[in-house]
Amino acid sequence: MPPLVKRLASAIGLLVAVLVLNFLLIQMAPGDPVEVIVGEMGGASEELIARLRAEYGLDKPVIVQLGLYLSKVVTGDFGYSYYFNQPVLGLILQRLPATILLVVSSLMIAVVVGTLMGIYSARKPKGLLSHFVTIFSLVGYAAPVFWTGLMLLILFASVFPIFPVSGMQNVRGSETWIGAVLDVLHHLVLPSVTLASIYIATYSRLSRASMLDVLGSDYIRTARAKGLNERRVIFGHALRNGLIPVVTMVGLQFGQLFAGAVLVETVFNWPGLGRLAYESILRRDYPTILAILFFSAILVMVANILTDLAYGKIDPRIGGSRRKAPKPKGAAQ
Amino acid sequence: MTETTSAPTAAPEATGPKPAHPALEFLRAFARNQSAIIGLILLALVLGTTFLGPVFYDVDPYSMVDMPFVAPGGEYAPLGTDYLGRDMLAGIIEGGRATLAVGAAAAVISVVIGILIGSLAGYFGGWIDAALMKVTEFFQILPTLLLAMVLVTIFGATLVTITLAIGAVSWPQVARLARAEFMKIRKLDYVQAARTAGARDAYLIFRVILPAALPPLVVAAGLAVGAAILFEAGMSFLGLGDPNTMSWGLIIGQNRNYLLDAWWTVTLPGVAIFITVLAISLVGDGINDALNPKLRRR
Amino acid sequence: MDPVLEITDLKVGVDTGRQVHSVLDGVSLKLTPGKTLGVVGESGCGKSMTALSTMGLLPDRFAVSGGSIKLMGEDLLAAKPARMRELRGNAISMIFQEPMTALNPVLTVERQIAEVVELHQGKTGAEAREIALEMLRAVQIPSPEDRLAAYPHELSGGMRQRVMIAIALACRPKVIIADEPTTALDVTVQAQIFRLLRELQDQTETAIMLITHDLGAVAEMADEVAVLYAGKCVESGPVREILSNPSHPYTRGLMACTPRLRLGAAAASAAEEGLGEIPGMVPPLGRFPKACRFAPRCALADARCHAEAPPVVPTGPDHSALCWHTNKMEQVA
Repeated sequence: MPPLVKRLASAIGLLVAVLVLNFLLIQMAPGDPVEVIVGEMGGASEELIARLRAEYGLDKPVIVQLGLYLSKVVTGDFGYSYYFNQPVLGLILQRLPATILLVVSSLMIAVVVGTLMGIYSARKPKGLLSHFVTIFSLVGYAAPVFWTGLMLLILFASVFPIFPVSGMQNVRGSETWIGAVLDVLHHLVLPSVTLASIYIATYSRLSRASMLDVLGSDYIRTARAKGLNERRVIFGHALRNGLIPVVTMVGLQFGQLFAGAVLVETVFNWPGLGRLAYESILRRDYPTILAILFFSAILVMVANILTDLAYGKIDPRIGGSRRKAPKPKGAAQ
Repeated sequence: MTETTSAPTAAPEATGPKPAHPALEFLRAFARNQSAIIGLILLALVLGTTFLGPVFYDVDPYSMVDMPFVAPGGEYAPLGTDYLGRDMLAGIIEGGRATLAVGAAAAVISVVIGILIGSLAGYFGGWIDAALMKVTEFFQILPTLLLAMVLVTIFGATLVTITLAIGAVSWPQVARLARAEFMKIRKLDYVQAARTAGARDAYLIFRVILPAALPPLVVAAGLAVGAAILFEAGMSFLGLGDPNTMSWGLIIGQNRNYLLDAWWTVTLPGVAIFITVLAISLVGDGINDALNPKLRRR
Repeated sequence: MDPVLEITDLKVGVDTGRQVHSVLDGVSLKLTPGKTLGVVGESGCGKSMTALSTMGLLPDRFAVSGGSIKLMGEDLLAAKPARMRELRGNAISMIFQEPMTALNPVLTVERQIAEVVELHQGKTGAEAREIALEMLRAVQIPSPEDRLAAYPHELSGGMRQRVMIAIALACRPKVIIADEPTTALDVTVQAQIFRLLRELQDQTETAIMLITHDLGAVAEMADEVAVLYAGKCVESGPVREILSNPSHPYTRGLMACTPRLRLGAAAASAAEEGLGEIPGMVPPLGRFPKACRFAPRCALADARCHAEAPPVVPTGPDHSALCWHTNKMEQVA
């Protein structure tokens, strides 16, 4: 089986597992889902309760209920949010793009800035900036991300009011297409920097260690023996090797990145899945929460498959399927 | 990483002074590490303030002592008051206990689960390993904060459920580390010898391999405390903590809407979280470096 | 013929933080175009440091403290870093010991060869590719067209070392330094690599500095020999002279350890004793004896050897040794 197909099969297996977990969580919740829904609606008629019970198949055995739940999900039916008063799927698809934008831009900032900091401090471990990098990475790790966000919010709301601190767009909206894009990017600055701050710390530590390792390796000495200057040694020969652990980490941490998005979106009122999760948890809107759990798992899977592909591109020893390697002939040895 | 094989050096066996006892050697290495010592001092400061604080500063953190939003340096409250006119310093001292207790207990739970799963996977290998690693991967893929939020919502927000929820979702990293250590150690000669001598699996796992795998796991456990504190703070900030118990995250969350008028109400508890997690990670790094003399020399 | 590379009285030290230890203490070597100089000694004798000093690639904390290294009259120790980069991989190139780790794992063979000609000869694109292909043919790699796109992990050890040689030869250097080029390879492959180097040398008139601990390799490849011990050149001369009439007890010892080379008296006594070996080990840096550095391991050592540094004693045409007892060689195993 080609690796990608294998990866997809395993991803689908994991998604089914997430759905089963979701189902079990509903089962564990005190009272059945209908009671919860009715409670959230502030009471309902006997007739509606009976209809809902039939709709949820609560009179049937648990395993049948599970089958019912799965078949509904397959057809894109994640239930109805009584708090937001619309189908959950639509609600989620509305919020998804904002979260993807936030998470991807934070990741890019974190990888680029973190790696550059790591390279620098690996090159000049005694330099002034290296100490700064060390301190920065400690701060990034130890400061709670929501607090970092609040501190930036105070700073940019009252001291330097140059970035908007709430939402994703100006209330008035923008006339032109380009104006709208710039407006969103302007709003994106603080949330993405905040979310990136934790991961800049991780990536700068990681890439520092891996660059130190790589810079001490034989092939870097070979590169220097070729007469290459430092810039080409670092960016032409060392960086790709040094990035391998960083890519691995990006894949592993994507789920945590999404968790960070819940906090950052809440702080900056960013209209994404994370804030939706916060709002629906406060309202005990179970269908919405569980659908968010499912969709965030899909996001993580996609990110993992993408990092796998990137991994194969960066490290030819992993890719394998790219091209059939000619077997070295014994006679030539 | 590619393995760099250096030419064999013909240096004779070290003829210097005999190496000291490993524990002594470790303490010496740790004491030489400036940042680890700073971390230790900070940690002592945090623990001292939270657990001895009430003895020296006897103010009820839940009652109103002054007008709301009195700035630090006020007549009644040295660190100011919050939106209900409660004393910030008393709140931070009181909140530290819950935060630290939840952090430590959740870390213990996650480390126990992690070691159990990681050691079984690493020791037995084969399909057991594959199955357990699938479970681990599953928990790594889910956004743990979200899952813990759901659990707490379902089972109710008390200190116990929060602790269990955090512990139940935070173990995968420890599991991976334990697995890697077990896979490495189970191949060593003395383990093979014990196996050949007829030792049972449980004995090999807990009495032979685990002690050898413990040092890096201890460091991981320390860092897990820091992570759990951040986790708890995030949940409390979102209003998913125990509403009846003061904690650092809760103070920030409750005062969040007034942060532009009263910056100290959100800033100071955050500083407390920051210092605590920083101290733990400095000490953790210090232990790690002292355990790995090779890295230290870099 | 004029020497193409002349190292005179080279001194190198390592700074351990507490004090500076001597690594090389007055090493002098000469390389002639089209000829091979074998530099012999056990590990830790300073062979590799001599090579790295010449390339200007000494590791951190190592520094040249005296002497001169002249490449076609140009003093390399006085050359600016930019000038050294022009020369490295171009006029003087190096083949490293470990073909497994000396090639960059994430770059294709083509890239790693073409890079050198792009850098030093300003060739680009198809032209550079053509030269890379030509070099692969020159080092006798079978189906070279296919190998251009290969990554190092797809090649065998011998094949990788051929690629290293192709890189080193790509710019037709005046001098090649080969640091234990065959140590990591099978014996049969070793012979092939040596044959290849000799053939290429005949075509290009390149001078080769062959660094090895194996006197067998020296007998096969070298025209001249320099024996290093503890940072000093203890014996030098034409290869036949040295192998038939070794004048330093250390050279004798090395020969006794090389079964194929036991000649005359050495062979006779080695046959009596079984396997020959030199007692003890090379002293570590900073513990070099003050007088004769070999004295603690030498069967001939007397009070004078431990008290006074020996002089350079001529023992034949172009042949000299650093020893008090050059006339008593027959007594050594």
